[in-house]
Amino acid sequence: MVVVQVIVGGLLLGAIYALFSSGLTLIWGMMNFINFAHGEFVMLGMYVALLAVTWIGGGPPVFGVAAAVALAALGVAIYFLLIRHVARGPMLAQILSTFGLALLLRYSAFYFFSANFVSLPPTSLSGTINLAGIYLPVAQLVAGAVAIFLTMSLHMLLTRTTIGSKLLAVAEDRTAAMLMGIRPDRMQALAWGLSAGAAGIAGALMATAYPWSPSVGETFGPIAFVVVALGGFGSVLGSLYAGLIIGLIQAASAFWLGAIYKDIVVYGLFVALLWFRPQGLMGKA
Amino acid sequence: MVPAAGIDGQGVSKFLTPRAGVTLVVAGLLLYPLVFTGAFYRDIGVSFVLAAISASAWNIVGGYAGQVSVGHSMFFGLGAYTPLLVYNLWGWPPLLGIPFGVVLAVALSIAVGTPTFRLSGHYFSMATIAVAELIRLLASTWNFIGAAIGLQGPATARGWWDLTFRGELPYYYIFLGVLAVVLLTTAAIERRRFGFYLRAIKASERAARSLGVPVRRTKLQALALSAAFTAIAGSLYVVKTGFIDPDSGFGILVSVQMVIIAALGGAGLLFGPLLGAVILVPLQTATNSWFGGGGSGLTYIIYGGIIVVIARFEPGGLFDLWHRVVPERWRRAHVA
Repeated sequence: MVVVQVIVGGLLLGAIYALFSSGLTLIWGMMNFINFAHGEFVMLGMYVALLAVTWIGGGPPVFGVAAAVALAALGVAIYFLLIRHVARGPMLAQILSTFGLALLLRYSAFYFFSANFVSLPPTSLSGTINLAGIYLPVAQLVAGAVAIFLTMSLHMLLTRTTIGSKLLAVAEDRTAAMLMGIRPDRMQALAWGLSAGAAGIAGALMATAYPWSPSVGETFGPIAFVVVALGGFGSVLGSLYAGLIIGLIQAASAFWLGAIYKDIVVYGLFVALLWFRPQGLMGKA
Repeated sequence: MVPAAGIDGQGVSKFLTPRAGVTLVVAGLLLYPLVFTGAFYRDIGVSFVLAAISASAWNIVGGYAGQVSVGHSMFFGLGAYTPLLVYNLWGWPPLLGIPFGVVLAVALSIAVGTPTFRLSGHYFSMATIAVAELIRLLASTWNFIGAAIGLQGPATARGWWDLTFRGELPYYYIFLGVLAVVLLTTAAIERRRFGFYLRAIKASERAARSLGVPVRRTKLQALALSAAFTAIAGSLYVVKTGFIDPDSGFGILVSVQMVIIAALGGAGLLFGPLLGAVILVPLQTATNSWFGGGGSGLTYIIYGGIIVVIARFEPGGLFDLWHRVVPERWRRAHVA
């Protein structure tokens, strides 16, 4: 029974990994660009949720939407102020831009929120339910289910709608898309909004179930790399599967090896992927 | 749009290599601790030279070859751990551990570079972060090397070969000698075919390959050389401090320091790291003393801000800015 508990817990956490990683893979697929600040976006989503609860009040829908909207706005702003100008510049500028942003956001969070761990006050999602002998916190269950739903929605948006086709058109061939009357800048800004928004709401979902501090971004960033590398760069559906797998592996290694090894296993897996399947990691590129 | 190959090492070094300029820099570096005799100023001097060494080492692969590693702490940490490890295990002088660190760093650089250099530049950066983090986590759980507590060096010197000195002066001149070696090596590379290969790869890998540049081998060689020098920088650091733990050896901020110093001055320029270090090292000391112990967070907010501003407005660094801003006529008068 304990094993089932570990598996279910891992899958629910993995669903949230899938949600924020789908944001990273979207940007990679659109612009061949890695956002090194993605983990920090998740972290900011968590703090926005906390601030929304203390200032506005209301339940999970309120702070979930607040985190998504705030981070989506931040993503669009970052695109127009920073990314647009470096995206086709030298490699050094591309990498340094979001890497510097990550430092800026992480240490600003330390400065404003202190290094202490915080958690959301009890919400309507508090408590546990008993599912055939498995005890599950309601918050984890809801967060995992919502994360899977949203990741699937993002996949549907990209594959089944006009907006999705326009996004993919810009990713495929910027100039050709422009000739078809699509504005690449707007589409890429939209991608950054969606990406950061997904990270933000994933952070809010995570906040319902786990305590955190400003340094969590440092962990989530590399987790997103691993998920994206495993799922294939640019594939949202791939990151859904990979997210669930990584969540499962992490829960299992934390349970059988000890909590400190759960990150070692994830980074080790990334290095192993790098060595043995680098060609599979290039995705569409 | 910024041209991809906008950072032209030739043009800038042309007005900096005149004998007068270099002599001035060399004389300044040699005389600095004799003019500023206070322990505080000498300490800043030692930190400056050390930062310049590691940033110059990073510059070989990150600047000249344009392969932006953000995990160079993995080499720095290896170089820092081995001298104290041989001391703690066998009582050897730390000096004898330095070659081990260099060998391990070169081996690691090949292990990391071989798979990742097949992929795009972003991938290399991502991989270097992950490998450095993996090593940091492993180091903090491995009791053999002191786990989270780290290793301690000799408290008092048994002889000169322990390189444990009371004052700052011996460290300053030893480090300065190493900096000279790194810079002379880089300057030699700049003029050779290898240096042209590196810049060709940075400008366009595809074009370089089509012209017959052995791209992957060249990148690997640059990374290995850079790793070796970075390991030596780590060894020097530990010889000076006599203590190492996973965060000060393998932590991501160690890598950040190298990247930002090189990029601020001018990545891919011989004296770029020197200029970056001359600005950032005193700045760091100042922010730490203004804002006290809690100020280190603020230091990194400033670092992050500087990195973003460089990336957005001056990817060529301050030398590039100088090159554009200073009027042509004035500059020519000074070069001539």
